[in-house]
Parts: sequence; C-alpha cells; structure tokens
Amino acid sequence: MSSINVQQTERWASALGGAALLVAAARRLADERPGQAAFLSAVGTGLMWRGGTGHSNFYAAAGINTAERGDDARTHLSGPRGIFVEQAVSIARSPNELYREWRHLERIPQFVPNVVSVRVLDDRRSHWTARGPGKARAEWIAEIINDIPNELIAWRTVGGADMVSAGSVHFASEPGNRGTVMSVKLQYDLPGGKATALFAKVFGSEPSQVLREGLRRFKQLMEAGEIPTTEGQPRGGR
Amino acid sequence: MKALVWHGTDDVRVERVPDPALLNPRDAIVKVTTTAICGSDLHLLDGFIPTMKSGDILGHEFMGEVVDVGRDNRKLRVGDRVVVPFTIACGHCFFCERELWSCCDNSNPNAWMLEKLYGMSSSGLFGYSHMMGGYAGGQAQYVRVPFADVGPIKVPDSLTDEQVLFLSDIFPTGYMAAENCDIHEGDTIAVWGCGPVGQLAMASAKLLGAGRVIAIDSVPGRLDLARRQVDATVINFEQEDVLDRLKQLTGGRGPDACIDAVGLEAHGFTLDAYYDRVKTATYLATDRSNALRQAIHACRKGGVVSIPGVYGGVLDKFPLGAAFSKGLTFKMGQTHVMKYLAPLLARIERGEIDPSFVITHRLPIDEAAAAYRTFRDRKNECIKVVLKPHQPAVH
Repeated sequence: MSSINVQQTERWASALGGAALLVAAARRLADERPGQAAFLSAVGTGLMWRGGTGHSNFYAAAGINTAERGDDARTHLSGPRGIFVEQAVSIARSPNELYREWRHLERIPQFVPNVVSVRVLDDRRSHWTARGPGKARAEWIAEIINDIPNELIAWRTVGGADMVSAGSVHFASEPGNRGTVMSVKLQYDLPGGKATALFAKVFGSEPSQVLREGLRRFKQLMEAGEIPTTEGQPRGGR
Repeated sequence: MKALVWHGTDDVRVERVPDPALLNPRDAIVKVTTTAICGSDLHLLDGFIPTMKSGDILGHEFMGEVVDVGRDNRKLRVGDRVVVPFTIACGHCFFCERELWSCCDNSNPNAWMLEKLYGMSSSGLFGYSHMMGGYAGGQAQYVRVPFADVGPIKVPDSLTDEQVLFLSDIFPTGYMAAENCDIHEGDTIAVWGCGPVGQLAMASAKLLGAGRVIAIDSVPGRLDLARRQVDATVINFEQEDVLDRLKQLTGGRGPDACIDAVGLEAHGFTLDAYYDRVKTATYLATDRSNALRQAIHACRKGGVVSIPGVYGGVLDKFPLGAAFSKGLTFKMGQTHVMKYLAPLLARIERGEIDPSFVITHRLPIDEAAAAYRTFRDRKNECIKVVLKPHQPAVH
C-alpha cells in the first residue's frame, strides 16, 4: 500500500529531518564510525522517503492517517472502506448564505429525502432519525468535527449508532459572481456491512441519487424559495 | 371539475376529477376560460411519449381567471385575467436570470428522469408526461399554476380570449423560430410544416421583415391558409420536388433560413430500443425526419436552420457534412415563452397580428376526446381546436 497517509507539514519535517540525519551520517563516516553512519543513513533515508512519498508504513500498520484534514470522511473511518459517494451542485447564492442555512441542521429534513428529524443536542452534536419504506428506521448521533464558517462543515457519527458514517460539505464561490459550488462527500460503513444494508433499506439502493436529490432540493429552496411538487394535485380515475 | 384525462394510447376521456388546490406558496389556481389542443398533444394520444400514467390530465395551452393565490405570490390577485405559458420557470436560477426560461433548473419535480435521458433536466411543462414534471394540465375547468408569479401575463379586457390564448405556446414558439433565423430585410424564409406553429412562424417572419416566405406541406387546406394569411409561396411536397423548386425560386442560392416546424413527431422522445421500433415500423417516421434533412440541403450557405419542431431521441443519417460545408447555424429548443409574452401581447394590441386565424374548431370540453381524433385524422379541415371548459355541452 502506498497511499498518502502523512500530513503535509509532517512530510516536510520528515524530509528535512531525514536530510539532517544523512548529513550527520556522512560526518560519522568521515569520523570513521561506520556503524553509527549506517544506522543514521538508514533512518535518514526512511524519513526522506516518508517525506517524499507521503506514506508511512508504521502509520499504515497502526491505522493512523494524518494526511487528510477533518474534511474527508475516509479519515474517520480509518481508510477507504465502505461506501463513498460524492455529489456537487451549483447554487446562485453566496457561500455564506448557503453555509448559514445548512448550519441550521434541524432544517435538513426539509430537503434530504427520508431524514425525518434532526435534533440539535449541543454546539457539536445532533440526533438524526431517518425512515424508509415500511418499518425501516435508523437513528444516529452526529458530531461536527470541522467547522470553517462559509467554507466547510464536516461530521461523523459517534457512539454505538446504527449508522457509522462521516461526511463533509464544501462551499466554494464560483468565478464571475455566479454563486457557489457546493459539494458533499459522504461515507458510511459498519464492520459486517450492517450499516450498508440498513442504509439501503432507509435510503434505497442508490445513495448517490438520494444525495443528489437532497442537494437539488436544497438548491430549489435557496433559489426558488420552495420545492416543486405535484403531490396532492387532481388525477383522473383508473 | 371536468378534465380531459389520458388513460392510454388512443384513450383520452373527459371525466370528473377533484378540483385543484394550492400546493406551494407561489402557486395560483386559474379558472380556465379557454384552452386548446396542441399538435404535440397528439403524440400523447398516439402513445409516443414515455412516462405517461393513466389518470394524467392533459393540456398546456390555456388561459383564464385567477381564483386563488398562494401566500408568497405577490404578483397575482383573485380576478386577474391571465394567459399561462406552457413552460414552468422559477424566475431565480442561472437560466431564468438569462431569459432561458425553458431551461429552468428548479421547476421539474422529476428532474432525475430527464437527467437520466439527456444528462440534464429542463423546465417542467404542464400536462406533458412525468419526465416533464407530471404537472396536471389545463384542458380542465381549473388548473393549479406553480411559480405563478413568474409565468402568467395579465391581459386587457379589450382583447378576446382567442386573440391572446396562443401566447401560451404556439405564437411565442413560431415567433422564436423566426427570431432564431436572424432575419434581414427581404430575406426568404422556407418553412416545413404548416400546422399552427408553422403558420405563426411564417406570420412572425413577415413581422420581422422577411421579403418572402415559402410554405412546404402536403395538406392543401394548410397550404391555402398560408397563401391567404401570409401571402406564402407554397410547395406541396407530394406533388413537387422540394429542393428543385426552392433552387428555382431563389436562383440557386437557397432560402436564407429554413424552419423545421415538423419535428420528429412520430419519433418523439425515443430511447434506443424505442427508436428502433419506430424506425422499422412506420414509413411516416422516415418521411418526417426528411424535413430536417431537406432543410439542411436547401438552406443557403451561411444560413440558419431553425428548429421549433420537437425532437426527442437519436437522429439517424444527419447530413452534418452538408451543414459543415455550407457553414450553417442551427438554433433550436423549447420556447422561452416568458421572454416573448409582453412584446407579443403588444403586437396583438397594436393590431399587427391576430393569431386566432389558425382556429378552425370551437368546442365545449365535453367534446374534447372526439376533438383529439378529429385533429389527428382530418388535418385538411382541422388546424386548431379550442375548447371552452365552462360552456355547457350542445346536444
């Protein structure tokens, strides 16, 4: 495995530290102490390698990943496990308007299909309930792990929730005052895939489509002030 | 209330259905005083449009009186007399702000269906299948109008229903087709298809300064109307070679712009399998795509091919080589109706045009089902049917 799991500044520190050790090793060699020189050059080379590639075998073995900020779901599920979905939508509103609206978590059920309630517990935590067809129902507590006003909100589930998931939403302004590209990344899993099955029951078999509909409806609310519907209109008999 | 309801291929019925109610804050409810059957409604009758469901109320050309208004609608009041565009638009998205109303991002509740078919969704339409939004249509006594603070235009009492009704679709559609031709004084414009849209495209071309319009069809009644109304030079494609005749008339140069007001009617909204079925089953279908091929071949170098006719699927044997070689421009798409409402209403008020010249039949709604078949089967006498939803049946 050679994926990047070392954070940027840590990579520079590794590379510089490795370089320093190699210089020290060269001195030891000049001082005719080859044993020490070999040890230092081995460690130095390793650090240089780590800095250069951004990959640490030790981190990989320990399940540690410092490369990603809190904005990527993968970090919080310790690797690229489970199901990962990503969707983006362009909305003719500024990033701060959209951020402000989205941050009112209790309004999310208005536009995300099947999420029936979000109860805010405190600054960071909220309790979510989702319902699917029949009796399918899921509850979880989500915690905000990164919150940069007008730019980013990231969260993950905590405790023994039905659903283990993590996600993030980014707000990036488009050039030419066209509004904002809002992108959502979402990952969910549970050992044994229980969450996946549950998620499928509650949200259907196409999670990216559910996410897409959620974003579309959010856009409709923000731009048009309402979500178009035909529910309740007259129809002829069969 | 009474409404014209689709139940399947060749099966439309007038029946009693519940009255519509306000569903969203910007809605209005309109009591329909006059409505019409559109040529594109015949594709529904013939079962060529997918995602129709038994029980759907049809109709996308209608007008009437506002009888109820949602709480966020600050434009309309109860009692207003309005014409309603067939396209539904939110008024605030990227596309609405650029007057590309029929491309609205926010008015189709079933946008995902069109996204699967075309990659992106356009605006919702009244009474025209679930992939177009599944909105109940206006061939009914009452209709719910979403985003009613954007589309409907108030019309003065000095004009009759029939004078303004076609602002809902076919007049702006014909006008946009002509406008897309980038007409210069004295231009020759050839129009394939002399149904109501073709007729209004020719009339609009004249309004925009065309020196001559050429009408191409095979139905004598329609060619006669074009000759009478817009002084068109007519070509009956069953009796004459269209390309030869156009070269004769223009000294070999070809028309400055060609309008395809036929469309792939019988092919409408094809998916691949569907397309194959139609392609192999109907001779008419090949005949009809001929209109566009002919238009491309006939058009002068550097000219415009304008397409108000509806296309839905994949086109076969498209002569792109000829189009490229001659440097043609193509313009097409659903009409951005809202863009044309005020200027075209003004033209009607000034007496420059009376679009009601296309009407041949006036019927109470109870006779709507029969009217669909008349419209489809008797093209010579029947060009445009208008319906009166509140007029009692005549027996």
